Amino acid sequence: MEIFDIYLLEAVLNGLLLGGLLALLSLGLNLIFGVIDVVWICYAELIMCGMYAVYYLHVQYHWPLYAAMPAAIVIVAMLGVLLHQLVIKPVLAAEPINQLLVTGGVLFFLQAAATLAFGIDFKNLGVSLPAVRIGEMSFSAARLIAFGAAVLGVLGLFVFLRKTYLGTAIRAISQDRAIMPLMGVSPGRIYTLTSALGGALAGLGSCLLVLQYDVHPAIGLSFGPITFLICVMGGLGSMAGGLIAAFVFAQFISVGGFFFAVEWGYVIAFAFFIGMMFVRPQGLFRR
Amino acid sequence: MIGNYPLHLMILVLLWGYIYTGWSLMGRLGMVSFGHGAFMGIGAYTVVMLWNHFGLSPWLGAPAALALTAAVALVIAYPCFRFKIVGHYFALVTLALSEVTRLVITAMRDVTGGSLGATPNGALTEGRSVAIGALQFSDKWVWLAIIFAFWLLGLWVWRLVDRGMGRLALQAISEDEEAAASIGIHVTRAKLQVTLVSALMTCTGGILYAQYQLYVNPDTVSGIAISLQMVFGVIAGGMFVMLGPTVGAAFTLLLAEGLRLAFGNKYPALDTTIYGAMLVLFIIFMPKGILGALLDLVRRPRRAS
Repeated sequence: MEIFDIYLLEAVLNGLLLGGLLALLSLGLNLIFGVIDVVWICYAELIMCGMYAVYYLHVQYHWPLYAAMPAAIVIVAMLGVLLHQLVIKPVLAAEPINQLLVTGGVLFFLQAAATLAFGIDFKNLGVSLPAVRIGEMSFSAARLIAFGAAVLGVLGLFVFLRKTYLGTAIRAISQDRAIMPLMGVSPGRIYTLTSALGGALAGLGSCLLVLQYDVHPAIGLSFGPITFLICVMGGLGSMAGGLIAAFVFAQFISVGGFFFAVEWGYVIAFAFFIGMMFVRPQGLFRR
Repeated sequence: MIGNYPLHLMILVLLWGYIYTGWSLMGRLGMVSFGHGAFMGIGAYTVVMLWNHFGLSPWLGAPAALALTAAVALVIAYPCFRFKIVGHYFALVTLALSEVTRLVITAMRDVTGGSLGATPNGALTEGRSVAIGALQFSDKWVWLAIIFAFWLLGLWVWRLVDRGMGRLALQAISEDEEAAASIGIHVTRAKLQVTLVSALMTCTGGILYAQYQLYVNPDTVSGIAISLQMVFGVIAGGMFVMLGPTVGAAFTLLLAEGLRLAFGNKYPALDTTIYGAMLVLFIIFMPKGILGALLDLVRRPRRAS
């Protein structure tokens, strides 16, 4: 019985670590939605691009990780800007569902382009981090680092939005889209900036994921849906809701996976999500 | 005499055309569902599993699959409509449904074979090309006839919905739910009816797909990928005209096959890369789809004269 409990505790703590990572992933998506009112269905595919960037810079071109990772963050931030300028901007005035679908087209495109460019095989960064043992429990160092970086990313964004002039402008425009141009804020510039910021968060996410998982073109599908559901359950655009939902979801996945198989953990999490939608249709925190 | 390969393509175009038509019943009225992969998966897997594990003929398995689909559709759709989950939220809730289905099929790997997929037990012994009880036919012409019949049925249903009073009600709902309710439209019931029809069509599509291909796989009959495929097939063709979904099915399939023939297997994902880029362009510049845009082109000069 004692052994059982310690493994359960390990699952709970692993869930906590996973929650940090999911919170970071959902944060970028929530930021974009809150400010631009668009859901980037292809968000997870941007993360995949970042993972490939780290992989190629590090393995192919022998960049050290401390150079490859910031480079990847910059690359994904630029992809975010490109996505906004080329794809989102022309449909900003169209029906909301068209905006959802157009980024779905980008999802297809990025996935296929990655297959075309990099092949379908799984690519491993080849960095093995030791496991950290605490008593009877062991945690992968990659997960601990990811959790720490995710917490720093969340705090960094929070400070940026609260303390800087640009952050204030971003928050203002998410509260009232119509009035801000009258106050001398250019929405176009704020949208571009927000896209870059959302992209940078995706880039940070990709650096943390590439330490733990192999890269392949379909990897976006394995954590993309869960990221959307976290955002929806938290209330699209609500960052606090997204953070809470991320930790709840991670516990379902980790503890559910501990008692049953991994897929059942996801099934329980998704079923819980559907149930929650009926209790609070607009998410935990209505924006 | 038509060879087997063009016949196979025709069957697939009509089959997907039928499924896409079912999807567009909802899509055109503002209910963009990412959950139809669930209905297709339930159809395909229920029938194949009942046949493989209990020897139950697909003729009996199909009603079971349809009943299960109807139950799932109602359980998800009723609260959605009741609590006014629309737009983004509806799309993402239904997306969760299609992922749940895929994951359940994968997780029940002792029964379903997991992500390796499953093959219905063969009923076609040597010299037999038709096994009516098992719904297995080796002759592609038989399949063409069956699926053509279903495709016509799908168009008929489309027309029925299009001509019926229900459509006007639903169109009113998709534009303004509150206003529609205020003039006495039973919003939830109207939406549920069309959802049920759409889900059951997709379910039969899944059954036919499984019986024709004689192979099912959770990733090719359920999940987010197949749901998105349906959505985008319809958008490419045009969701507001009757033949639009079929045109979308033909376009996407012929594009994939054409590029595959042109470039061989040298560039494995070239077709989907081009397809993805075209989808983005379609949604930006041609939101009515290929057929919708063509019809506009044809109609415009007539109006001018």
